[in-house]
Amino acid sequence: MIVVKDLRKSFGDVKAVNGVSFEARDGQITGLLGPNGAGKTTTLRMLYSLLPPDDGEIRIDGLDPTRDAMEIKRTLGVVPDSRGLYSRLTARENISYYGQLHGMSKQAIRARIENLTETLDMDDFIDRRTEGFSQGQRVKVAIARAMVHEPQTVLMDEPSNGLDVMSTRALRDYVRGLKHEGHSVVLSTHIMQEVAALCDRIIIIAKGEVAADGTAEDLLQRSGCDSLEDAFVKLIGTEEGLLAGHCSIPCYSARSFSHCSSSA
Amino acid sequence: MFNSLLLGPILFPLLFVGLMWFLESTERERAEKTLELPVVGAHYAPSLIRFLEQQGALIQPEPEDPEQMVRNQEVPVVLRILPEYPEQWEQGLPAPVEVLSDPSRQESNASIRRVKGLLFGYGQQIGSLRLQLRGIAPQLASPIMIKDVDLSTPKSRAILAMIFLPYVLMITAFTGATHLAMDTTAGEKERKSLEPLLINPVPRWQIMSGKMITTMVFAMASLALTLIAFRIVLPFLPVGAFGMDLTLGLNTLLMILLVISPVAILAAALLTLLASFAKSYREAQSYMGLVILIPMIPSLIFMANPIKAEAWMMMIPLFSQNILIGEIIRGESVMLSWYAMSIASTLIIGLVLAMMAATLYNRPKLIFSGS
Repeated sequence: MIVVKDLRKSFGDVKAVNGVSFEARDGQITGLLGPNGAGKTTTLRMLYSLLPPDDGEIRIDGLDPTRDAMEIKRTLGVVPDSRGLYSRLTARENISYYGQLHGMSKQAIRARIENLTETLDMDDFIDRRTEGFSQGQRVKVAIARAMVHEPQTVLMDEPSNGLDVMSTRALRDYVRGLKHEGHSVVLSTHIMQEVAALCDRIIIIAKGEVAADGTAEDLLQRSGCDSLEDAFVKLIGTEEGLLAGHCSIPCYSARSFSHCSSSA
Repeated sequence: MFNSLLLGPILFPLLFVGLMWFLESTERERAEKTLELPVVGAHYAPSLIRFLEQQGALIQPEPEDPEQMVRNQEVPVVLRILPEYPEQWEQGLPAPVEVLSDPSRQESNASIRRVKGLLFGYGQQIGSLRLQLRGIAPQLASPIMIKDVDLSTPKSRAILAMIFLPYVLMITAFTGATHLAMDTTAGEKERKSLEPLLINPVPRWQIMSGKMITTMVFAMASLALTLIAFRIVLPFLPVGAFGMDLTLGLNTLLMILLVISPVAILAAALLTLLASFAKSYREAQSYMGLVILIPMIPSLIFMANPIKAEAWMMMIPLFSQNILIGEIIRGESVMLSWYAMSIASTLIIGLVLAMMAATLYNRPKLIFSGS
């Protein structure tokens, strides 16, 4: 369970995250949807205590990343934007190394890797050096090493980036599996189909702010659009249109949406 | 990775042996070569010319522009006998001859020495004859007899050649660690494996220390290999020609390794600190090119201006190791406090740098400077 309240982070004059609030419940997949540069990665980085927030509050199962960084890191499984593997190590060694960093015993690591190899279908390459792995194989290893310590909360930054159709399907199946096991999953993406196919709850982020928050149906209903894509473009586009001085979409502004969702 | 570890230990000793062979053979060649000597105004001093020819010099015909010839490096030395030579000679006054040469050219020094030696010998001979003709014992003209008593031992003479060793070891301490320092910091950023690594529940200073310790181990291994390599190639040196005793016993090797080890720690910390600033492996490499100059400075100072070792010098890292290794090779006994001071001062500075590097890893900016 993640609770974020009024989170802020600036880099110099750039307000990367400017008052983001949301909740991500256990047994649900929460999607952070937004264009590139909207502040998704920065938000996630604050969640996994890589960056200290300038202002605001984060609670992950009651823990504060700014104060209990080590404790939080033990309960989190993170697949960050950077998915660099050690190319001289095999997939198994990569995963096992992270298990050791988590202080797991050798037996526990071995058992867990067996389990993950099966779930993520990594039999073919688990004992190969990761040099020359395909994107799909890399993501699987990155996920496996993030999940080696069986974290309750899972954060994924653009997990389907660069994946082909088959790999994407496998990834979605895996994420759904996590949800059914009762994990809290937060994933960021700029791909509409992804949230539509996966997420129980969608948080649209634009320019460092929450533009809308709700289920897919909520968003469709409120925007009056037929597809989620239209709803998304409307929300983001309106805001940009307003700033540029055009008012092309009459009925709904992003501001009214975020107002709507926070009052609802 | 292993290439960078082995390159120094293989390359430097070979370079050293090659250099010594080259020096020795060119020196011998110069000494044995016949002296070709162009003479201007040879007809003014026929007896001098005869003497020179008897001594094995090959007298060349008079050149048109002797100064230009020397400047163009066509010949190392030209001898000019001035027109007033016969007149002065007759009167028993010093007869003038000029030796034209460019002593700033190292390779002409041997020829200059030989020509001057021959002229001096001729002068002595004639001088003695003149005194004898006047019924005076020539010894009266030599009130002092100079005898060289060489107190340098073959071992201490070795320092001339072995000044090269501290220099090579300093550089090895830095180069042996360079690759690893860059790979574990800038390289990890470039591979995008730093961010996932930092998400693990391990304090960042521990991760940093791990990187530095690995780098140090490599630097030390590189040093040890270099010393062993020197031990192996030294018997092949043409040391006889230089009258030197160049042996590195096991004890000497271990002492040198003990003295130089803190430098490896200092180097690892400094390199890791600098490489952490770099965005990419390539950028880190450009920094390293400059860093490699640091270990060269004390060695160069010491080569250009050999100074007497004093206690305060032990407080200066790199400099103190240079002096201590020199003393160890000379076979001198060094006060234990000097060792202690050298090791302690270098370690302290190394630790300060390591702590700076560790603090740097606590800054979130570090991770993003790569992306």
